[in-house]
Amino acid sequence: MSVKLTTRQVGDVTVIDASGRITLGEGASHFRDTIRDLAGKGHKKLLLNLGEVSYIDSSGIGEMVSSFATVTNGGGTLKLVGLNKRIKDLLQITKLYTVFEAFDEEAVALRSFA
Amino acid sequence: MAENQAGEKVRIDETLPSELESVDAAEETVVGIATEAGFPEDELHRIGMAVREAMVNAVVHGNRYSARKRVRLRVLEGPGRIEITIGDEGEGFEMETVPDPLSEENLLRHSGRGLLLIQAFMDAVDVKKMGTAGTEITMVKRLSASGG
Repeated sequence: MSVKLTTRQVGDVTVIDASGRITLGEGASHFRDTIRDLAGKGHKKLLLNLGEVSYIDSSGIGEMVSSFATVTNGGGTLKLVGLNKRIKDLLQITKLYTVFEAFDEEAVALRSFA
Repeated sequence: MAENQAGEKVRIDETLPSELESVDAAEETVVGIATEAGFPEDELHRIGMAVREAMVNAVVHGNRYSARKRVRLRVLEGPGRIEITIGDEGEGFEMETVPDPLSEENLLRHSGRGLLLIQAFMDAVDVKKMGTAGTEITMVKRLSASGG
């Protein structure tokens, strides 16, 4: 299964619920297009919920980093929530935990935007 | 299945077309062999991901999706270990020229993390530039090191 992305609005934060696989090909490009589209429409506070993501490869990580840059360069913020152990390991190995602000609980993540 | 002097069995030795479907196929094949060899689930994930990253490097960066070039996949299973070799027919590269994905200036680069992940997930990794015949990466995972 490729990645499935749905968005919902919680106050002024746009939560992107991702599920499936963010890997090279359709999954990674769909992810990139969705984030760029949201940023282009003026969404400044984005919270990416990875709770149902089973697999991210280096291409998926690359798209997350590019999305972070796109949102940040547009004056917005992209944060992460719901990382499983494997995704946390990936962020540790790649040192991207120093780039992304990540939370275990959505309520805490949402409050951090205030 | 024939064994060599080191007690290793060749579980698979084949070439695959340079397309994304080969990445999934290789990952599935190797994870299947590693499952039969007794690797625990977390290590299966790491082995599968290392294979995926090496296959992506071979298909995308090595062979550049060329229909005239193939990717070689070979898996040896020995006592308590699995050895995976993935080779392409691209121009090859020197390890020294690969930017360090962990340095501050490269952290936000879009690509360049595949080899880092392979090295993190496997017990031993060897990358060889094969003259005019591309690049070959050999990755070893040991059962003892995985606690399996």
